[in-house]
Amino acid sequence: MSAIIEPVGVLGGLGLLFGIGLSLASQVFAVETDPKVEEVRKALPGANCGACGFPGCDGLASAIGKGEAPVTACSVGGSAVANKIADIMGVNAVETTREVAVVLCQGDCDKAKNKYIYDGIQDCRAENILAGGSKSCSYGCLGCGTCKDVCDYDAIQIVNGVAIVDKEKCVACKACIDACPKEIIELVPYEQEVVVKCMSNDAGKVVRNNCSVGCIGCKICVKNCPVDAFTFENYLAKIDYDICTNCGICADKCPTKAIWSGLEDIETIAQ
Amino acid sequence: MNILTILVSTVFVNNFVLARFLGICPFLGVSNKIETATGMSIAVTFVVTLSSIITYVIQVAILDVLGLQYLQTIVFILVIAALVQFVEMVIKKTSPTLYEALGVYLPLITTNCVVLGVAILNIQEGFNLIETIFNSIGASIGFGIALILISGIREQLEPVDVPEALEGFPIALITAGLMSIAFLGFNGLV
Repeated sequence: MSAIIEPVGVLGGLGLLFGIGLSLASQVFAVETDPKVEEVRKALPGANCGACGFPGCDGLASAIGKGEAPVTACSVGGSAVANKIADIMGVNAVETTREVAVVLCQGDCDKAKNKYIYDGIQDCRAENILAGGSKSCSYGCLGCGTCKDVCDYDAIQIVNGVAIVDKEKCVACKACIDACPKEIIELVPYEQEVVVKCMSNDAGKVVRNNCSVGCIGCKICVKNCPVDAFTFENYLAKIDYDICTNCGICADKCPTKAIWSGLEDIETIAQ
Repeated sequence: MNILTILVSTVFVNNFVLARFLGICPFLGVSNKIETATGMSIAVTFVVTLSSIITYVIQVAILDVLGLQYLQTIVFILVIAALVQFVEMVIKKTSPTLYEALGVYLPLITTNCVVLGVAILNIQEGFNLIETIFNSIGASIGFGIALILISGIREQLEPVDVPEALEGFPIALITAGLMSIAFLGFNGLV
């Protein structure tokens, strides 16, 4: 019997001894983790999209906990999450402007001309390699839907050869911005209703030949803007969204309607 | 056998890494930077010395008395595992940077054959407690010297234009082999 009891007793006894020793040591050497980090982590969306620039939501949570990142760093969560995190961290809630991605091109199949018929892989990056894509305008949306494919939130649709972002679904993760070979997707404030939806730096005549809704650089918008929100460079008007009051006058005056407006009744407001 | 002989023997002649080929895993894994190599050497020194003392006491006081020498391996592994856990807790508390630098290699000391090798060799050589302690210290100093030497060489190799097929681990293995040959020169010293 002792041939069994002794080894079992020795091994079991030693195991028990070490176990007790370790559990005592774990209390003595316990490392206090910041409970705030865990709470912040819970408040974050958990999509691990990386839009904040940190390796996943865990990375951002510990950065916020250390104070290395602002409480508003998560663009996906928007103000709701920022407020929650601000509560946890004991900072005053900062109002964040929600931003959404907007495709700055309206040159769909009817309005923009093609220089050749593309019959290759349905991917904008592939098409772009072939002489900058099939569109006559070298700045325009190619419409193969690469942005749609990379969108995890089903917010992008291709309508008549041009990508359109559903701003209700967009979380500003910037995945489409990184994927677009033409770099025509930009983040625009959610409330912004007037946007110059053209990225063409070509001169007016070239734009007119290629597309019926391009910015031809006539500067009518610049002259008519009551708050001087426009900057004009390389034959292209740009709106400073911080100054713009969404009055809609520019969209109304724009001869090619390159300035898109989400305002319901432009004419009444303009008057 | 006097203590000096034991030290010289374990550090140079019978260097555990370069002559006995034990502990190759951390030797190649943690040898990218001198800093982490030093940290690893210190951690191994601590674990080896402490575990040798404890295993020696257990061997003499329990296993030999009860005639359970056949439990040697499993009991020694138990001791080493518990000790590594303990060291991990201490390092995590006292030096988080070292803890992160050592990363997965710290728990890997558990299965590091140097630790078990030293513990078993101490018993096989019939050392007494003092000799055991110095043999363990010598063994870990030898391990540390080998680790720091190769990490120094690998740091120097970093900017060198190595043929593409030999980049990274292949050149490290060649380096290790050359170092091992160099250490053969200590043969017959003791």
